[in-house]
Amino acid sequence: MKKFLLSLILIGLIFSTFTFYGCKSGEEKTVELLGAGATFPQPLYNKWFDIYYTKTGNKVKVNYQGIGSGGGIQQLMERVVDFGATDAFMSDEELKNAPAEIIHIPAALGAVVVTYNLPDNPKLKFSGELIADIFMGKITKWNDSRIKELNPDINLPDLDITVAHRSDGSGTTYVFSDYLTKVSITWKNEIGTGKSLNWKVGLGGKGNAGVAGIVQQTIGAVGYVELIYAEQNNMPYGLIKNKKGNFIEPNLNSVSKAASITVPKDTRVSIVNTDNPEGYPISSFTWLIVYKEQNYGGRDINRAKALVKLLKWINSEAQDYNEQLLYAKIPDDVKKINEENINNITFSGKPIQ
Amino acid sequence: MRKDRAFKIILLLSGLLIILLLSGIFLSLVFSSIPSIKEFGINFLFSNTWSPVNSKFGALPFLIGTLLTATLSLLISIPFSLSISIFLSEILKNRFISKIFQTFIELIAGIPSVIVGLWGLFILAPVIRNIQTKIGIQPIGVGIFTASIILSIMIIPYSASIGKEVISMVPNEVKEGAISLGATEFETLKVVILPFSFKGVFAGFLLSFGRAFGETMAVTMVIGNANRIPVSIFSPGQTMASLIANEFTEATTKLYTSSLIEIGLILFVVSMLINILGRLIIRRFTF
Repeated sequence: MKKFLLSLILIGLIFSTFTFYGCKSGEEKTVELLGAGATFPQPLYNKWFDIYYTKTGNKVKVNYQGIGSGGGIQQLMERVVDFGATDAFMSDEELKNAPAEIIHIPAALGAVVVTYNLPDNPKLKFSGELIADIFMGKITKWNDSRIKELNPDINLPDLDITVAHRSDGSGTTYVFSDYLTKVSITWKNEIGTGKSLNWKVGLGGKGNAGVAGIVQQTIGAVGYVELIYAEQNNMPYGLIKNKKGNFIEPNLNSVSKAASITVPKDTRVSIVNTDNPEGYPISSFTWLIVYKEQNYGGRDINRAKALVKLLKWINSEAQDYNEQLLYAKIPDDVKKINEENINNITFSGKPIQ
Repeated sequence: MRKDRAFKIILLLSGLLIILLLSGIFLSLVFSSIPSIKEFGINFLFSNTWSPVNSKFGALPFLIGTLLTATLSLLISIPFSLSISIFLSEILKNRFISKIFQTFIELIAGIPSVIVGLWGLFILAPVIRNIQTKIGIQPIGVGIFTASIILSIMIIPYSASIGKEVISMVPNEVKEGAISLGATEFETLKVVILPFSFKGVFAGFLLSFGRAFGETMAVTMVIGNANRIPVSIFSPGQTMASLIANEFTEATTKLYTSSLIEIGLILFVVSMLINILGRLIIRRFTF
């Protein structure tokens, strides 16, 4: 018994020395920033933060958890993270409920594509109204005259359409429904915009993988997934008619073009159904969200400084890593707005430089 | 002596902790559902609209989805679990081979539900899709029926083991009596053993029904996740548990979260009731 106790004490001592050393070096040099939120940009963020860790000589470690946009907003509101990340910008009401002013920083661009499973998978063309009616169950056959009208050269089969949608709340659904709300009055009245919708037809799959699974397994299925996901899994996707009447192929260029519009100072803008004639209409920013005043919850100035430095890096050099991971870059105009917003971040009312 | 008392106190405390935990869960569920209860009242149970966009929430599609999948899975499982329990207790009796069978059955209960779900999605759903194509309905593969089959596989071990235990408890004298009267093995089973153990077997079914009621992961993967009242056993649907699993992470408004928690409360209460009922019947039987 005594021997046992003695060894326990010994083990305890060993561990306490370790933690003691750990604390000491932590206070002096390294900073660990916490972020949480959207899963859509997570692969990009992980890559960024990995590079940033090496770049800062292993001194600034960013721990990002993809818990979903809603979770990201909530954790920032509760002030348990240094930054949140979201695919849908915070509403006026959400901002009003926040304990302090929050700023939005667009970090990358993404797009949602309409994918399908048909014999030989032809390249299809869609218009916004057509997509809305298909996803509301108003068009039920692939050889419907309205689909034929846009795709006169394609031999469309007499197949039932099976709609696949997200079953979990998601930013992808938000962007997709935001677009359909803008282009179809019936969609606006019957379904609306949101992360989870009251679907009239179809099957729900969890995550991009769930929707992709349904589409790939079911002949005649149609669904929506992130562009990156469709690319990585070699899924076919359609061209979509934009506001100016052009059929646009979703790619990094057309998504970036979609963001080349006048962006307001708070960057809370939806770029779906873009005015840009070369822009892909179902594109969206994905944002990082932080508090404007960084002195809260006992945070020290070093932490705030590290965060501002990170944000500046994301707004400049980090953007070069976007395209290899199939995320579009933030346009220069938006970078300027970001720069200004980041410079306005304060600690105890004084700007952080 | 002193050690004895300390030991007893520790045991008492851990016992109390369980009661505290259960009532704590119940109370926190009730407490968090208050906004939704206030807003929708009893209509929550009868409304079939689930629209986060308009903040209108009703539980009917999920209540029906849950009851339908659980009942259907029970119906599918009954012939199998009943045969297994009779086979193990009456045919194999207590021979060594019976132990092997039983181990395998218990192993089925131990398969993580996500694995069963994956099997359902990649193996079972295509089979169902073929059947649907043959009978001329939209071949979607997943849905209420697929989910029920998956569930029945998951609950068979429960009802089979309980059934085996109760059937083994039928006194030998009674069985011998029947045989001495000239009854065949099947007649003994039909006239003596099954009526004698009926209550216990039924309780086993009830408990496995409770298990099917709350199963989440496997169901979510194969039920089609459609928040509507299913129109046939092949249509996609949603259960209460799968709805919570799907939507909780991104439920941002207070009413939305609260409505999901109220669904959880309903699920909690109903599963409790089913369990209590099952246990009461078993206790009566064994007494």
